[in-house]
Amino acid sequence: MNAIEVRGLTKRFGQFTAVDHIDFDVKQGEIFGFLGANGAGKSTTIRMLCGLLSSTEGTARVGGFDINTDPHSVKQSIGYMSQKFSLYEDLTVEENIDFFGRVYGITESALKERKAWVLDIANLHGREKSITGTLSGGWKQRLALGCAVLHRPRIVFLDEPTSGVDPVMRRKFWELINELSADGVTVLVTTHFLEEAEYCNDIILINAGKIIASGSPKELKRDHIKHPILEVHCSDVVRAMERIEEEPWAVETSIFGTTIHVNVENEQQGRDAITSLLHRNGITVNGIERITPSLEDVFIYLLEHGGGKG
Amino acid sequence: MISQLLPIIRKEFRQIRRDRKVLAILTVVPAMLLLLNGYALNFDVRNITMAVYDGEKSSQSRELISSFITAGYFEYTEHLTDYTAAQSMIDEGKVKLVIVIPPDFSRQNMTGRPSSVQLLVDGMDANAATTIIGYAQAVVQQYSQTIILENLTRVGKKSYIPVSYEARIWYNPEMKSAYFLVPGLIAFILAITGVVATALSIVKEKERNTIEQIDVSPVTPLGLILGKMVPYALISLVAAALVLIAAYFLFGVVVKGSYILLFFSTLLFICAALGQGLLVSTISDSQQVAFQIATLISMLPTMILSGFMFPISSMPLFLQILSNITPAKFYLVIMRSIVLKGVGIEAFWDQLLYLSIFIVIVVTVSVKRFKQRTV
Repeated sequence: MNAIEVRGLTKRFGQFTAVDHIDFDVKQGEIFGFLGANGAGKSTTIRMLCGLLSSTEGTARVGGFDINTDPHSVKQSIGYMSQKFSLYEDLTVEENIDFFGRVYGITESALKERKAWVLDIANLHGREKSITGTLSGGWKQRLALGCAVLHRPRIVFLDEPTSGVDPVMRRKFWELINELSADGVTVLVTTHFLEEAEYCNDIILINAGKIIASGSPKELKRDHIKHPILEVHCSDVVRAMERIEEEPWAVETSIFGTTIHVNVENEQQGRDAITSLLHRNGITVNGIERITPSLEDVFIYLLEHGGGKG
Repeated sequence: MISQLLPIIRKEFRQIRRDRKVLAILTVVPAMLLLLNGYALNFDVRNITMAVYDGEKSSQSRELISSFITAGYFEYTEHLTDYTAAQSMIDEGKVKLVIVIPPDFSRQNMTGRPSSVQLLVDGMDANAATTIIGYAQAVVQQYSQTIILENLTRVGKKSYIPVSYEARIWYNPEMKSAYFLVPGLIAFILAITGVVATALSIVKEKERNTIEQIDVSPVTPLGLILGKMVPYALISLVAAALVLIAAYFLFGVVVKGSYILLFFSTLLFICAALGQGLLVSTISDSQQVAFQIATLISMLPTMILSGFMFPISSMPLFLQILSNITPAKFYLVIMRSIVLKGVGIEAFWDQLLYLSIFIVIVVTVSVKRFKQRTV
């Protein structure tokens, strides 16, 4: 059975359609990435699945319960971590854990054990009595995750859990997500960090309320990037890109930091064409190498070519 | 339901303890309001400063002056030697009343003609002026009667005053404003703390996004609302008790009626106030806006429309109808009945009914609005 099944889910705010007839399935125990730009409809979808927002059309089953007809059962079986920190900042770490534990009806003895676990994963032993508002971003995020999974939900929704968190903390946070998944918990996570998407088992990319691609990171790269990608190191990156873009053999050109990624029809011909073109324009070429495409390459390609269902 | 209620109540008490703003609203504000209003709000007119221009300086004129002084309400502060000074005395606000006795005051009387004294009253405060004239009238009348009786006795006739009256003022024989005001003051204080504190506590959850974490939990909207109302109802009850105790020690106000009735009526009124607070929380998203709306809808109507200061029966009809928007209107009648009159439920059961209807309407509307957030 799938942990989440979404069918024709739609949300309109007046004239604006935030989520437009989307369908997808999330398998039990997988890490499911929900990607898209800000305002693409990620949060709206998650909020509908958690029962925070009612759908305009369509339906979804979460943990086997219908979000429209049985939201209460849905709420019992999920954990949710909001994009904006939503624990009580004026309570202590321990009081927050106790509060959410009791609200979910965890027995006192189980709560004691779960509290130790949360303090463990959040690395907050010894800081139980600190006021939550005084903790820094990374600690707060991990405490929030701990509180979201206190009651051992089978499905966890994480909405942009790592925004505003430094890279080291982000890495540790993903270790936690992997641990949850290893325990059989289904994790649906939204993010706009594409390198994080590589950790997911399955991904959907959403744009303007519609799903434009879905599959595992590997499948997405294989299905959408048919051409070799050459990474060009050269002196005048911006001018070089402008020149290359004008050429018919360059399928796709984009700047990645101080390098240019060029999709070409044929690897060897591409190398030669780029070298001679840049040479003619007085740009020094420091190296050209073929790279394996990243998800970022895939998404830039998809967004610029209008997507189309994968 | 109950199992969810307890953690919420517990959490709410912890937050109240840590939130200085709410703590202040619940403790300092009631104390301050009682002190300020209790002492400043005084409708009693006493110590009326008085100047006298005595144009005659006869024994009769001095008798009249002394009857003013002995009446107890007037304070003889200025003796005028010049009639023209009278105006400047009132202009400069040195006195509220000037008595002008004409030079032929007693001579007129002796020739059997009526004599008159002039009373100049500062009419800036119309209510006080009416009271002053009333007092002065009584003094002058009393004085005239003595003269009539004296005159008749002098010509050898026995006489009596045809109709005399004896006024007995019930419930508040000393006519102290405090007795009248303290019940209203309790309503006023409970309205402000109840409405403001509830509104702030719910809006704070919205403002800080903590409500989202509650929304995805199995806690129902009603559970959250009740969990928030119980602590504030308890605190408001304590505040009400403190105000009553303070009123006893500061102003000597004693509850004449049943404390049990007082308790339940107050609880009912607190529910109405909390309901209003809940309603405010559904129409505002920031604590600042909530605070402003809450003080506006609790303070103004309770002060002006409830009968706290101005009797509702003398308001124009549309204001009388409008006065139903404030639950304090009903509570005040109940409070005054219990505290001042000491009467039982038969005297105000209808007010309890109106108060209950008010609660049902406000709570229904706000719970509905509160649930609609997730649409």
